[in-house]
This record gives sequence, structure tokens and C-alpha cells, in this order.
Amino acid sequence: MMKEIRVHARAGQGAITTATILANAAFEDGKYALTFPTFGAARIGAPMNAFVRISDAPIRIRSQIYTPDYVLVQDPTLMRGYDVVTGLKQDGLAVINSTRNPSELGLKTAAKVLTVSASQIAQEFMGRADRVNTAVIGAFVAASGELTLKALEKAINTRFSGKAAESNWKALVQAYNEVKNRGNGL
Amino acid sequence: MLGSKAGTQILDGNHAAAVGAKLSRVQVIAAYPITPQSPVTEKLSEYVEGGNLKAEYVAVESEHSALAVCSSASLVGARTFTASSSHGLAYMHEMLHWVAGTRLPVILACVNRAIGAPWNVLNDQQDSISQRDTGWIQIYARTNQEILDSVIQAYKIAETVYVPVMVCYDGYILSHTEMPVDVPSPRDVDSFLPPYKPHTILDPANPRNYNLVTLANPRVNAEGVLCHGYMEIRYLLQEALQNAGETIASVGREFGGLFGRSYASMLWEYSLDDAEIVIVAMGSLAMEAIVAADTLRDEGHRVGVLGLRVFRPFPKSDVVTALKKARLVVVFDKNISYGSEGATCSEIKSALYGSGANAVIRNFVVGLGGRDIKARELAGAVNKSLPALKEGVLNDEYPEWICHI
Repeated sequence: MMKEIRVHARAGQGAITTATILANAAFEDGKYALTFPTFGAARIGAPMNAFVRISDAPIRIRSQIYTPDYVLVQDPTLMRGYDVVTGLKQDGLAVINSTRNPSELGLKTAAKVLTVSASQIAQEFMGRADRVNTAVIGAFVAASGELTLKALEKAINTRFSGKAAESNWKALVQAYNEVKNRGNGL
Repeated sequence: MLGSKAGTQILDGNHAAAVGAKLSRVQVIAAYPITPQSPVTEKLSEYVEGGNLKAEYVAVESEHSALAVCSSASLVGARTFTASSSHGLAYMHEMLHWVAGTRLPVILACVNRAIGAPWNVLNDQQDSISQRDTGWIQIYARTNQEILDSVIQAYKIAETVYVPVMVCYDGYILSHTEMPVDVPSPRDVDSFLPPYKPHTILDPANPRNYNLVTLANPRVNAEGVLCHGYMEIRYLLQEALQNAGETIASVGREFGGLFGRSYASMLWEYSLDDAEIVIVAMGSLAMEAIVAADTLRDEGHRVGVLGLRVFRPFPKSDVVTALKKARLVVVFDKNISYGSEGATCSEIKSALYGSGANAVIRNFVVGLGGRDIKARELAGAVNKSLPALKEGVLNDEYPEWICHI
């Protein structure tokens, strides 16, 4: 069974890091993983995607992801002019960094939409509101049940060290708990 | 289940190439950064700077100089490595000829990228295909594992046949894509690949001339020995490439025996046993083609995939054997020889001429300048080619392009 994740961000916001952490965690969980970004204008701030495939079997497909099971949106301003949920499977899930309620976003999808205040969490733990990736991952894992926290902790410590590893892990756990505490899974 | 097998890491293609060079204990690295190859050079300079690789990293001002440095270092007996892409490789063009003509076992990682104009930094295979006739062996990888394994094998091949090897892999689709890679231990690689022992080196203690002006006809040297003319020297390069297939296969077999991943064939074959329809592709596309073949099999067609691993020397007789039962061959090219057709399609047709094969051949040009290629587009192109099978029109003069015109 293959699961496909599409990350939306602006270049420089760490979407590749998000994808790398997810892939490494999947690998820690004993699965195959494939992750790659799109490169367009190659300019900081330009909208870009990173893609992750996770599977129990070796992954042969190399093309971009058009019908994702999950969509992660790191920057809410991307929803202006971009249909971030395009192709999202009906039984899929979108995780959006936003302080608003999902119903206020006006996303055209039958899939579940979850919002998380990742910028605030990033500000609190990293002192920078744009380091949202680990908070988005925490919310995603809480709502989707994909990946284990143990694997994610290992992946974060592979990617970061020292204070950065510590604060990213705290941000991830904070978002994870926030979503879990909402009770209804979203 | 993959499990967290010891030695397996999540690596992107560039990282895999750098690890391959490091495990091969390269002694001189000279490269100039270019997208999407830059991370290879960054990684290697990091290894050297951090004391994790005992090599000299020569920073140069251009790709032309990078290969000139590798050429000189190779002449004095060092194992050398460089990497480039696109315009960088094009700028190396002259030196590519020099290195092959001098029969130096230099290894170059080509991270395949489109060439301008118009300006584009994304993937296709026009860059390495444009260097087809420089006399280098060309190996194409489908996965990051194959990148790492091919770099290590490339040294053994090159140092056996004295022909330089270009290990080519698709920019972004492999270079910037992370996937699990089994990294062999340095000890195991050492047992497979002993230090380079050149048959002759440039040595100040024993002065010699290399690459003199060579005249058309053989003539005697100062010691009265009759020496080759230009044509004989060039014939020997052709002969070396003609015979290189055996070495490529035997090195690949030996590698398989030690590391459990066999490269004994110059082709990758998938479901060819009963296949009437064969998709041919090179590089990462040969993997995507498997997904298309499976889809077409579900629709009731007997489809297989022939992946081209080695483009030079071109494995003509192996291709003939692999395509013997095919009635329809659909060749996808991420390159174009303008005014003709895709380069691999020409090779397939040339290999089949006189073999008795009577297959319909169709050629599609795809994925230029990073245009994403979906498995269903490959399957669609096969479906579109099916009527030709009934009509029996074997050949089309020009390829079809999968694009918006």
C-alpha cells in the first residue's frame, strides 16, 4: 500500500526538510520511502512543492504526485491563487498551517481539512514563525496515524542536532498533542 | 519490509555518487559546481576538508579545467573523479575527447540536465547524449543505489579497459530525490576495488612524451621502432569499446557476488519472457516504464520493459536477443538528434537491422527540460502505437513528441 504526501510551501520555508524527516521516519518504521522537491524559479519565496511516497514495497514511480492521500500546507498565503487541494483523494487529509477554522478556508475538497497554528508554535519553540515544518508534521501524524513518534524523534535527531533538534522535537510534540486533545481527530 | 537494515541510508542521488567516489578512494577530485550537480562537489569537498577522504580537492575556474586537472592527475597515476551537468559538460567537450584518446580511466558523474536555449536547469538527457561520440563508456542509473554501485564498478571497468566512464543519472528525479541506499562497507569495497595500478605513468625520473603530433601514417620513432599513426590509435579506442562489454558484465557479476546486487547484464529486463510489446527506456524512466507495463498488463496486453543500462558501448547483440519475440517496440527518448530521432531509438533500429526481427518500432520524445512524465502517459503512447501493429507499418521516419504541440 503506497501513501503519497504533497507539501506546499515557499522556497526557503523548509519543505524539503519536512519531506526528508517524513521519509526518514518512514524508513525507521521499516518502510520504503521516496522524496523529492520540485524546482521552478529557484528563488526564495517562490511557491514550490515537495513530495513523499511511503510504501511497504520498493517504489518505482518517479513522477510528481497528482492524487495525494495527504496535503501539507506550510504557508497559508499559498491558498490565495493556488488550489492546494487539487487532486487530493476524497478520503484524504489536508493539514494547513492556519489560525482559522477549516470551514473558513473555502477549500474545494471532500477530504478532511485540519488547521494547526504552526507559526505560533514555531515562534514559541524556535523563536521564528517561519520554522513551521516540525509543527505541521506533528499535526499530520496526530490526525493521520501514519508514522510513529519514536521514528520521528529519530528522524529529527538525524536531521538536526543540539538545540535545534530539541526545539523542533518540542514543536512537533506540541502540535501533536494539540490535535490529539481536540478529541475528534481533527 | 525493508527494515532499518544496517548500512542502509536515505540518500539523494548526488550524495550516493559522492559516497561512491569516497568508497572508491579517489585521490584527486576537480570539479566546478553547476545545478543540479553542485551537491556532489560540496559533499566531496566536505569529506576532504573534514579529513574523511584522503584526496586532493582542486578548486578550478571552469569545467574545462576540471577535466584537464583530472587528466593530468590520471597521467601521473592518481585515481580521479569529476562531475558535471548540461552546459558544464558541454564546456568539457574538448577535454572529453582528450581523456578518451589518452585512454585515461577518469570517472565522471553526469547529472543529466537540459541544455539552453531556452534557459532551463531541469532534467533531460541531451547533455550526455551530445557527448556520445567522445569515446567514453556511458552507464545510466535508474535508482540511487545504482548510482553508488555504478561509480564503484566504473573504476574497475575503466582501469581494466583504459577507457573513461561517465556515470549518468537524471537530475532532480534521482539527484535530488531521497530513497534508501545500501552503503557497502569500505572494507568490502577495498576487496572489490584494489588501488589503481597504471600500466604507465608520467614520471620526471623517466621523461617521456605523450600525445605528440601524430601523423596520418605509421612512422618510426627515434629508437627506430615503427609507431602507430593517428588512425591506428583511434582504432584501438574503438576496439577497446567494442570489447568493453565483456569487462562491464564480468565486473558487474563480480560486484553482484560480493554485494548481492548483480550488474551482469548491460540491460535491465522486466517481464520480457512472453512480451509481444516492449517499452524501451534509459535511466530513471526505465523504472517508471515498469509501472506503465504493469498497467498495460492489467488491461490484457503482454508488455515488458527493456531498460538500457549501458549506452556506450551499445549492447547490440543483447538487444537483438531481448527483442527477438517483440512485435511492437516503443522507444522513449529524453533526447533528440534534431532532424532525425531519439538517440536510443536509432541504436535499437541499427541493432535490429539484419537480425530477422520484424517488429514495429515507434519513438516518443518525452520529458525534455524537466517535463514530468507520468506512467499513464507512457501507457497511453503504447496504446496509441497499437494500430501500427495491425497496419504493419514497421517504421516511422520521425518521432512523436509528447508535448502540447
